[in-house]
Amino acid sequence: MAVLQFFPPSSPVVSSKLHAVVLFNICDCYVRRPDQADRVIGTLLGSVSDGVIEIKNSYAVPHNESADQVALDVDYHRNMYLSHLKVNPKEVLVGWFSTGFGVSGGSALIHEFYVKELKEAQSSIPPIHLTVDTGFKNGEASIKGYVSSNLSLGDRPLAAQFQEIPLDLRMIEAERVGFDILKTTVVDKLPNDLEGMEASMERLHSLLDEIYKYVGDVVEGRVAPDNDIGRFLADTLASVPRMSPAAFDKVFNDKIQDNLALVYLSSLVKTQLGIAEKLNTAAQIL
Amino acid sequence: MANTMPRSFLQAAATSEEVAPPLRVVQIEGLAVLKIIKHCNEFLPSLVTGQLLGLDVGSVLEVTNCFPFPIREEDEEIEADGANYQLEMMRCLREVNVDNNTVGWYQSTLMGSFQTVELIETFMNYQENIRRCVCIVYDPSRSAQGVLALKALKLTDSFMDLYRNNNFTGEKLREKNLSWVDIFEEIPIKVSNSALASAFMTELEPELPVKQCDYDRLKLSTAPYMERNLEFLIDCMEDLSAEQNKFQYYYRNLSRQQAQQQTWLQKRRVENMARKAAGEEPLPEEDPANPIFKPILEPSRVDSYLITNQISNYCNQINGVATQSFNRLYLMKALHED
Repeated sequence: MAVLQFFPPSSPVVSSKLHAVVLFNICDCYVRRPDQADRVIGTLLGSVSDGVIEIKNSYAVPHNESADQVALDVDYHRNMYLSHLKVNPKEVLVGWFSTGFGVSGGSALIHEFYVKELKEAQSSIPPIHLTVDTGFKNGEASIKGYVSSNLSLGDRPLAAQFQEIPLDLRMIEAERVGFDILKTTVVDKLPNDLEGMEASMERLHSLLDEIYKYVGDVVEGRVAPDNDIGRFLADTLASVPRMSPAAFDKVFNDKIQDNLALVYLSSLVKTQLGIAEKLNTAAQIL
Repeated sequence: MANTMPRSFLQAAATSEEVAPPLRVVQIEGLAVLKIIKHCNEFLPSLVTGQLLGLDVGSVLEVTNCFPFPIREEDEEIEADGANYQLEMMRCLREVNVDNNTVGWYQSTLMGSFQTVELIETFMNYQENIRRCVCIVYDPSRSAQGVLALKALKLTDSFMDLYRNNNFTGEKLREKNLSWVDIFEEIPIKVSNSALASAFMTELEPELPVKQCDYDRLKLSTAPYMERNLEFLIDCMEDLSAEQNKFQYYYRNLSRQQAQQQTWLQKRRVENMARKAAGEEPLPEEDPANPIFKPILEPSRVDSYLITNQISNYCNQINGVATQSFNRLYLMKALHED
């Protein structure tokens, strides 16, 4: 009796984490794709730990697609991979990306190629396939990650099944840079220290206002109390160290004095530089 | 007469070509920004560099992509390898339609200590091949404070002229009116994103009201950063005083030599007077063979200029961080009073 077997993902891959730079690179490649191409594909590099694939880097690979066949520039892929390894040997091949919505016909063939590549590299994980819907088909940014598992009849392989895995799109680096900069098409000026600080303070202020309002509402009985939120607020308040006003004043004033001393020092140095320059030019006239 | 007309046209064309609009803005793609930051942060604490690719459009220099260089090693074979790597990378990127025009390079820095002679050397090397190039400096340690510490720099033209001719005597500098502020020129940075990327980012921006950069900015502890800044500052001050000692030594030598020359001249004149009285030919009033007429080499002022730049940079950083600290402290105080 032939048994239709479905191998559940033998891999330890549970989820995947996408870095913002990869997304930007894919968008850039798509914008710069050749005239006749519908989609761009490319290689993903990154690292694996505890079943989480971190996708850290990527590069596009030229390819040709017709109705029934896909030609991938394998040499290009290998050259580029070697070049990338020279810079950062810790970033290894983890999979491939393609633009477009979901998995399409030619994808199985390309995926097979990457499965082989990864096997050769003796990687412990199967490749991940990332799709980025650059066409915004459903009116939303759909970015998905898949791993494939084999569907076979007895020993005969029948098909490959692509299974979606959770994708972490939080992108901490992008947060560091600031979404304000990455979100708009043109930013005229980078925010400096104080402007950034001001924005942060404003956000903090509005958050405090919100909490204030919420607590007020609960106390007045306008909003049903939520124990979780209440506990969270209590914890937050408890985390502020208790200090006597005198002690706090002392710490505060000390800190302020330190800072003032530093500012004073730096202006002193600057003045010194000014004088030194004047003296040097005077010496030249001699 | 007929000949002069076309030539003057040619001349006019030539002159109008030479006057290129000055570089006003560096426009970086978000992709390049992210790539630079990724590369610089991954290799902390070692400092890394990479190439910038893009286009030179009028007074705007567009940086559309970049790629990292492997960490340099002091080995000739590997160095040749590095050159190969660069060519290979450029070729590969061209194949996927990336602008393959070198417009400069980027590098990471520690506490903003980038103003070195090496930087100037690299600039001069690049400048030989590309008329217009910039260096983008990224400071990971400052970015940890919640600022996007990117800077686009270039050398000023007047400084480059002097450097090329190695003319760093006090006289030349005074003639050109070049002070230490005029070595580097900072160019404002603009960030641009493709519409596609910006659409994705708008979609994917998390709902959270507080971002990582807010946490970084509101961190109360700045002591380690300040301490290192001060350490660097003190080192620089020491270097500067060493440089100044060098100059003092030079001036002292110079004045001693001048005095010696004077006494020698006096002697020679007296001698000549005597010879004249005796009806003999007077001796020349100069004697190149005499060691006291050998000119003393004036030490180059580049180093002291660079150190001065460095110091003022540290001072600015200290000021900036201190101001931020004040803000935080007063915020803290307000919170505590509530």
